[in-house]
Amino acid sequence: MDLNTVTALHRPTGRAELNGRLGGEPGRPDPDLGIAPLAGGTWLFSQPQPMLHTLVDLTALGWPPLIVAEDGLEIAATCTLHELAGFTAPEHWPALALVRPCCAALAGSFKIWNTATVGGNICLALPAGPMTSLAVALDAVALVWTPDGGQRRLTVAELVVGERRTGLLAGEVLRSVHLPATTLTSRTAFRRAALTAQGRSGSVVIGRRDAQGQFVLTVTAAVDRPYRFAFPFVPESVELAAALDRVPRWYDDPHGAPDWRRAVTLLLAEEIRAELA
Amino acid sequence: MIITINGVSRETAPAPGQCLRTLLRGHGHTEVKRGCDSGDCGACTVLVDNVPVHSCVYPAVRAVGRAVTTVAGLGTPDDLHPMQRRFVEAGGFQCGFCTAGMVVTASVLGEVDVAELPRLLKGDLCRCTGYRAIEDALTGTVNTEKGAGLGRSLPAPAALRVVTGRERYTLDGETPPGLLHLVVARSPHAHARIRSIDTRAALAVPGVHAVLTHLDVPDVLFSTARHQDPREDPDDTRILDPVVRFRGQRVAAVVAESVAAAEYAVRELVIDYEVLSAVFDPELAMRPGAPLVHGDKGPASRIADPSRNLVAQRHAELGDVEAGLAAAAVVVEGTWRIHRVTHSSLETHAAVGWLDHDGRLVVRTSTQVPFLVRDELARLYSLPRERVRVLTARVGGGFGAKQELLVEDLVALAVLRTGRPVQHELTRAEALTTTPCRHPMRVRVRVGADTNGLLTALAIDVLADAGAYGNHSPGVMFHGCHESMALYRCANKRVDARSVYTHNLPSGAFRGYGLGQVGFGIECALDELARRLGLDPIELRRRNVIRPGDPVVADCAEPGDLEFGSYGLDQCIDLVDSALRRASGADPDPGAPWLVGTGTAAAMIATIPPRGHFADASVTLHPSGCYTVRVGTAEFGNGTATVHTQIAAAVLGTEPDRIALHQADTDAVGHDTGAFGSAGSVVAGSAVRTAATALRESILAAAGAGATALLTSAGVQDGARFVPLTDIAADGPLVGHGSHAGTPRSLAFNVHGFRVAVHPGTGEVRVLRSVHAADAGVVLNPEQCRGQIEGGVAQALGSARFEELVLRDGRVITDALRQYHLPQYADVPRTEVHFAQTYDRLGPFGAKSMSESPYNPVAPALANAIRDAIGVRPYELPMSNDRVWRLCHSALAQP
Repeated sequence: MDLNTVTALHRPTGRAELNGRLGGEPGRPDPDLGIAPLAGGTWLFSQPQPMLHTLVDLTALGWPPLIVAEDGLEIAATCTLHELAGFTAPEHWPALALVRPCCAALAGSFKIWNTATVGGNICLALPAGPMTSLAVALDAVALVWTPDGGQRRLTVAELVVGERRTGLLAGEVLRSVHLPATTLTSRTAFRRAALTAQGRSGSVVIGRRDAQGQFVLTVTAAVDRPYRFAFPFVPESVELAAALDRVPRWYDDPHGAPDWRRAVTLLLAEEIRAELA
Repeated sequence: MIITINGVSRETAPAPGQCLRTLLRGHGHTEVKRGCDSGDCGACTVLVDNVPVHSCVYPAVRAVGRAVTTVAGLGTPDDLHPMQRRFVEAGGFQCGFCTAGMVVTASVLGEVDVAELPRLLKGDLCRCTGYRAIEDALTGTVNTEKGAGLGRSLPAPAALRVVTGRERYTLDGETPPGLLHLVVARSPHAHARIRSIDTRAALAVPGVHAVLTHLDVPDVLFSTARHQDPREDPDDTRILDPVVRFRGQRVAAVVAESVAAAEYAVRELVIDYEVLSAVFDPELAMRPGAPLVHGDKGPASRIADPSRNLVAQRHAELGDVEAGLAAAAVVVEGTWRIHRVTHSSLETHAAVGWLDHDGRLVVRTSTQVPFLVRDELARLYSLPRERVRVLTARVGGGFGAKQELLVEDLVALAVLRTGRPVQHELTRAEALTTTPCRHPMRVRVRVGADTNGLLTALAIDVLADAGAYGNHSPGVMFHGCHESMALYRCANKRVDARSVYTHNLPSGAFRGYGLGQVGFGIECALDELARRLGLDPIELRRRNVIRPGDPVVADCAEPGDLEFGSYGLDQCIDLVDSALRRASGADPDPGAPWLVGTGTAAAMIATIPPRGHFADASVTLHPSGCYTVRVGTAEFGNGTATVHTQIAAAVLGTEPDRIALHQADTDAVGHDTGAFGSAGSVVAGSAVRTAATALRESILAAAGAGATALLTSAGVQDGARFVPLTDIAADGPLVGHGSHAGTPRSLAFNVHGFRVAVHPGTGEVRVLRSVHAADAGVVLNPEQCRGQIEGGVAQALGSARFEELVLRDGRVITDALRQYHLPQYADVPRTEVHFAQTYDRLGPFGAKSMSESPYNPVAPALANAIRDAIGVRPYELPMSNDRVWRLCHSALAQP
C-alpha cells in the first residue's frame, strides 16, 4: 500500500552515504521511528506506517547476495529469498537442505520470495520469521554495521530478542549473516505445524546433529523469540521434553493457541530426536 | 523517470512511499486490482522484467527503468495469451476480480505439476470458485461449451474481457474530471459520546475540500441493511452519529484532492470523546443494568426492546415440546457456539459519485442492490427518486456483504456538498474491522426421538450477537430458525430466539442468512441422536425429513407462499450416501495414528426471500437484428449475466453473442429488489423469460407469421417464407417487457458428506472425501452451477476450519488477510458434486436457486465426521487444528 507519510527516500550507494542516514542517537537502543531501512519492502509496504517519513533503500549498496568461503556461507542482508532458495549447496554442506523448507515456511508466496530479503525477515523479529529459524538453527553470526562506520558481531540468536524486538541499536543496520562451515556439515531435520497447510507457522522445529555428535534443537514460531537447546549428544525423550518445558511462555496469536503450540512442538521435537538419533 | 508499461514508455514521478500498484492505476492500468494491499491476495500481480511481484508491496521507484507487464499486456480479447484462453475455456473465475493477478501468476508457471500448486498458488486468493476451476485452467481442462442451449455450459459473456483485464469494476470506469477522495475518521472507542470535533486544522490541510461530521448530516435514522420493505430492519443508524457504538464506527469524513491529503487531514482532526461503558457479550447485554446500546431510541426505530438491548425475538411452539421430550426414547441436548466470520469479497466496498450534466446525482457502487440503494439515498437526502441514479459495474464479490448501504451515503453527501466527483474505497483493514460480519450465535438444541428414530420433539434456543446496529438482525434470526427447523417433520417444535445488541462491530447478511449457524446446531444434534439410537445418521434423516405434502413449518403454522415446486431431497440423501459408500482410490486410509470418520448433514432453503422480491426486465430487438436485455440484477460472480443471456437466447432462438446486457442500473428498468437470497436467477431470470417471450410474440406478429413459424437468429421462418429480423425492426425497435413478484416460492436442498482423517497429536484434519448433492431443479449451466457449489463449499470450509474474526474488547485484531486466513488452493479439497434430477414448476425452465445453500450443510457434516473419527463432539467453531487437538487431548485425559 502507499505509505503516504513518507516524503523522502535515500538510495545510498556506498558505506559513507549510509552512515548516519538511519537517524537516532548512536549507541542508544531506541531507533528513530521516523526512518526505516528499506530492503525488499514486502513488509514495510504491507501495513500502515504512520510514523515513517523517510526510507533508506539498502538495495543500491550492491552487496553480493551470497559468498561461499572455506569457513562458511555469507548471506547479505539484501539477499532475496529467491536467490537463497536457488543457491546450489556444495555436497559437503548438507545442512543447507534446510533452506528450501525454511523459505517455504514463509507465509508469503514465491512472488514475495522475489523481493523479500533474508536480512529484512530476520530484523522484523516476527516469531514465525523463517529466516530467523534457519539462521539460528545453523548458529549464524550477524555482522552489524554501526553508524560510526564500525561493525560488530553477535549471533542471530542474540540479535532476535523478542517479538518485533532486535538487539540492533539506533542507526545500526544488519549487513550480513554468516553460516559457519562447522555447522553446515551437520545432519538436519525440519518439522513445521500450522493451522493451515500453507499459512503462518504455529511451530517450526529444527534439529541438527554435527560430526562430533552434538545435538541442537531450535524452536521458533511457537515462542516469542528463538529458543535454542544444545546437548552434547542426542538426548533421551524425557531429557528433551524437560528442556522444552523450561520455555516460560508459548506464543499466543490468531495462528495457534499456546497449549497447542507447546504440544505440537514437543511432538515434532521428539520426531526430530528419533530421526537424528 | 521512465517506466515501460506493456511496451509503452511512460514518463512518471513515483512518490517516495508509493507502491507500484497505485502508480500503474494512476496511469490508467485499472486491470491491476487491489484486493488486500498487503501482499497476500495476488490480485495486483504484475511482471517486472518478467519476474512476478505483488505490486502493492513493490516500491514504485524500483520499477524505474524497468519493463512492467500487466494482464492487459499479456494478450487482448482478439489475441489471447495461451493462459488467458485456458481461463476462458475452463471457466476459471466467477466474479473475476482475482483473475487479472491469477492469470499473470499462471503465465509464468507454464506446464505445471499439480502437486506443486499448493505452494505456487498460496499468493493468489480466489473467494468465489473453490479453486477447482482454476486448477482446470492451469492444466488446460476445457469445461465451457459453445452454443447457448439451456443446460449447456456457456462461458460468462464477459469472459474475454475478464481474462484480459478489460472488464471494468466499480472504480475502474470513467468518471468526470476533478475526482476527489473521501477518507473516514473512525472511533477508537467501543462506546462514547462525541463532545466536540475541531475541524480547523484538518480544513487547513492543502487539498482538503470538506470535512463532514454529525453536524452536517440530515437528522434521519435508517438502517444500512437493504430490503424490499425497509421496515424489516430497525432504523437505528445515522449517517454520522454523535454517539459511537463500536470501535471503528465512522466519526467524520474528509474529502480531498488525494487520498494522502485526506489521510493527513484525518490525523489533524481533534475529537473529544466522553467514553461510556460498553458490553461485548450478548448474554451480559441482556442482564438488567447492562449498558444500553440504543437506549435513546423510540418506537419509530422498530427495536423489540431497546431497554434490554433486544433487537428482535421469537417464541413460538407447535404442539407440545415438553410432552414430546417426555415421550421420547432418547433425548439429546447440547449447546453449539458459532463464531464470527466475514465475507472478504476481494473487491472491498467502494463507490464513486458525481453530478451528471443534468445535475442528477449518479453513484456507481459495489452493491448487490442498486435500486434499494437508490431509494434510500433519495430518502436520506430528500431527493425525488428520479434525481438519483445508482448503477454498478461488474462487482468483485458479494456474499451478502453488499446488501448494505455502507459507503454510498457519504459519497452522495460529499458530491452534493462539493459538487465534485467523489470516490470512497474501503481499505482491507476497514472491511475486516468495521463492515458487518456474520452473526455469531449460541444455539441450544433439544431433540427427542422414539425407538424407531422418529422425532417426537425438536426445540432450539438461539442467541445472536447483533453487534452495535440492528441491520439484518431480525431477518437473519427469523430465517435462520425457519428452513433449518422446517426441514424435519415433527409434531412438537419450539423456537426461542433473540438477537441482542452489543458494542461489537455490527453483524449483517452473510451467505446462508442464519441457516448456516442454526443448522450447525440442529444437524449436529441429530447426528448425536442417531448415534444414541444406534441408527445410521443418514437413515435418521431419511425417516424424518420433510416430504411433498407436508406443511413447511418451523414452529407454529402460519400461512405462507412456500410450495414444493419440486422435491429432490430424497435423491440428494441417496446420492451422498452411495458416493460415501463407494470405494474411491482418492481416499486411502492414512493409517496410525490417524483416526478416520464419516459425517453428513442436510440443508433446505427457500428459493426466494419472503415478503416480496420484484424484478422488471425488458428485451429489445434493434433494427440491426441484435437484442438488448435490460435487467436490474448485478453480476458479482453469481453468474446471472450468463443465465439471463441463456434464457433470452433460448426463448428467441438466437446466439448469445447477438445479445447485449444492460444490467444493474436504475436507468435500465423500473425496479429490481436485488441479487440476494439467491434470487438472481430465479426472480430476475423469470422476468427475463417473460420479457423475451413477449418480444418473441411481437416479432412473430410483426412478421405476420402463423402458429408453426420458427424464430431463428436471422429471422422468422414461416413455411417457405422468411422474414429477416432487420426487416421486422426496420421501422424501430421492438420491446418486450416482463416482471416477476417473487411468489410463490419453492424449496431447494443440499446434502454434504465428508470422510476425514484426524491426527490426534496435532489436531490436523485431512479431508479424504468431500461429496455434495444439490437439488437445483433443472441446471441451466452445469459448469457455472458446479462452480457455485464448489465455491460455497470452499467458503464453508474456511468458516468451519480456520476463518475467525478475533475480537479483544470489541477490537478486531485479525485486521489483515494474513491474520484472517482465507482458503487457499492448498486448503480446499476436491468436492464431488452431484445433482438431483428434478424440474421445478415455479422456477424459470424448471430451475431453482443455488448460491447460498451449498454453504449451509458443510460445517455440520465436517463436525459430524470429526466426531465419528475422534469420539468427541465439537461444540464450537472453527474446528481449527488447535481446537481439534484439544478435543483429542481431553478424550485421552479421561479414564
